[in-house]
Amino acid sequence: MRDDPPPRRVLVEVRELQMHFPIHAGILRRRVGAVKAVDGVSFDIHEGETLGLVGESGCGKSTCGRALLRLYEVTGGRILFDGQDIARLGPRELRAMRPAMQMVFQDPQASLNPRMTVAAIIAEPLDEHTALSKADKLARVYELMDAVGLSRDFANRYPHEFSGGQRQRIGIARALALNPKFIVCDEPIAALDVSIQAQVVNLLEDLQERFGLTYLFISHDLSMVRHIADRVAVMYLGKVVELAPRDALYNAPLHPYTQALLSAVPDPDPAAEAVTERIILEGDVPSPANPPAGCNFCTRCPQAMEICHREDPEFREVAHGHHVACHRYNEAEDEFASAMATHEARERNQQGED
Amino acid sequence: MSENKAAPTGDSPALPRPPRSQWRDVWDQFKKHRGALIGALIFLSILLGVFLGPLIYPQDARLVPTGRDFIRLRDMRPIYVLLWDSGAKVDWAHPLGTDNIGRDLLARMMLGGQVSIAVGLAAMALSVVLGTAIGVLAGFFRRLDGPLMRLTDLFLALPLLPLLLVAVLLFREPLKAAFGVEGGIFVLIVTLVGLTSWMQTARIVRGDVLALKEREFVLAARSIGTPPRRMIPRHILPNVLSPIMVSATLGIASAIITESALSFLGFGFPPDFPTWGRLLNDAVDRMQLFPERVIWPGLAISLTVLSVNYIGDGLRDALDPRIRGR
Repeated sequence: MRDDPPPRRVLVEVRELQMHFPIHAGILRRRVGAVKAVDGVSFDIHEGETLGLVGESGCGKSTCGRALLRLYEVTGGRILFDGQDIARLGPRELRAMRPAMQMVFQDPQASLNPRMTVAAIIAEPLDEHTALSKADKLARVYELMDAVGLSRDFANRYPHEFSGGQRQRIGIARALALNPKFIVCDEPIAALDVSIQAQVVNLLEDLQERFGLTYLFISHDLSMVRHIADRVAVMYLGKVVELAPRDALYNAPLHPYTQALLSAVPDPDPAAEAVTERIILEGDVPSPANPPAGCNFCTRCPQAMEICHREDPEFREVAHGHHVACHRYNEAEDEFASAMATHEARERNQQGED
Repeated sequence: MSENKAAPTGDSPALPRPPRSQWRDVWDQFKKHRGALIGALIFLSILLGVFLGPLIYPQDARLVPTGRDFIRLRDMRPIYVLLWDSGAKVDWAHPLGTDNIGRDLLARMMLGGQVSIAVGLAAMALSVVLGTAIGVLAGFFRRLDGPLMRLTDLFLALPLLPLLLVAVLLFREPLKAAFGVEGGIFVLIVTLVGLTSWMQTARIVRGDVLALKEREFVLAARSIGTPPRRMIPRHILPNVLSPIMVSATLGIASAIITESALSFLGFGFPPDFPTWGRLLNDAVDRMQLFPERVIWPGLAISLTVLSVNYIGDGLRDALDPRIRGR
């Protein structure tokens, strides 16, 4: 990663990010534990790229995205944005940083105040951070509405008068208002129809090209992430288990969880779909309040070894830009090589079968 | 709301309309609510009658006739009684009759209405402002939630009537000195009624704010960096308006009633000073002989409360963009 072919600047650097929500119980409301929603997550986001963050429901993706913007008070770790540690900034400095980092929310209905007009919603960031005159503000609002493909006639309307896709465009326009560098897209397409999903994703890509945006794209839709992301991080139970360039991850997933996750993606071709071997995981996700000892995934891992129940695997780079947290690749180098080899062999077999 | 519906109009050279004032929309919608319009009309005519009526109407509300006039003028029936009882004691100068010491009922209703409506509106305003402020603070700032809600519980647990009586005894004299006899009592009653009726509003508002705070648009505003002092008026208050409106309109009625209860116990306005509640209480004893003395003040209270309720209803609908335009 340090020697990526295009040496891109690291915009966001997350190190050992922890976000624990305390659990209080009993008459005295004493703290009896914590839900470890995000538990020691590290990754970099390069300027201008899209990092996809995938995982099943409740694995901490959204919490991670929100913690990144300091919408929660993080429990531990560092979030370096342009060299500044967001996790420790005071309220005033944080407010000054806000324009550079914005968010697009999952539910476009809930993320727009039903009592404000579209113009007022899009202008809110301008009201907060700029001293534009009324006319300039309106001009900027119209410009943003053009950019996201909303008719200017809609400025006086209220959110309930729009369809889901249009509402999401309003949310995107609001996020763009202050010319941010970095946008966290928190499942921006999960609440939309499939036909609208493509529109919104294409819009996000266009905007990225036009304004040089950097995205953290949180989603559980693996095919959509494959379409939009440059690199992909896979989360399981509060931890990133694998982080790799898109093609490497989709073609040769290393972590058993990633393999299982990818095997669940349906194939549009019925013939291919019929022969796909699914890796069915047994059991349920353990509670993030009480994660298992050792590797978080050891309770469901089809390839678990004895060491997995004892020691938490280290998250390390095993190939160029390919990070994984699994003991299988922490063994001696030759064993790792053989694992890679069997993988590649399997890949080749599968491709041969196609 | 299809996406291409507005596309042709967008191409036309006509400039998009600049954002309209929200209050224009609100007024447009309010006009469409028939109940609210009728309510507003009735409330306005009650206000006019009560405040301008005494200027036209010649009778003095507080004059007790003496000597032979006392016998002649007391216990007069309203003129409409002539319809079924041609021998009734009526006088065109006293269209609603007089009470048992010869004071004109219509004049007393006008004077009483001024006080009752003023007490109702002022006490309601005080209790709604207090209740909303405490509810919003408790709901929005977690640290204040415990203390403020325990304070609310404390007020709810207080026995109100004894408390009011003690407060009246303690503060009547100093307030009289400061604001005059009637002014002092007015301030006292408004403050007391306001201070003892905000708790329901506070609880309801707190509950709504707690729910609102978790909505994504509040999170979105936080990600923009909106500080709480602008978050509350911009995002929280407009969305808790409905329960506030409801408790405000109900509050007027209960303020009028509480004032009459206080007057009845002898701790409100002086006995010769009419309010709607006092007129009712005075007339209860001989209700069967003189039903008009109960009916008219009762009707005035009901009409006021009802019309305010309808106005509140219309306002609430007009302020909600989701209902607007229907």
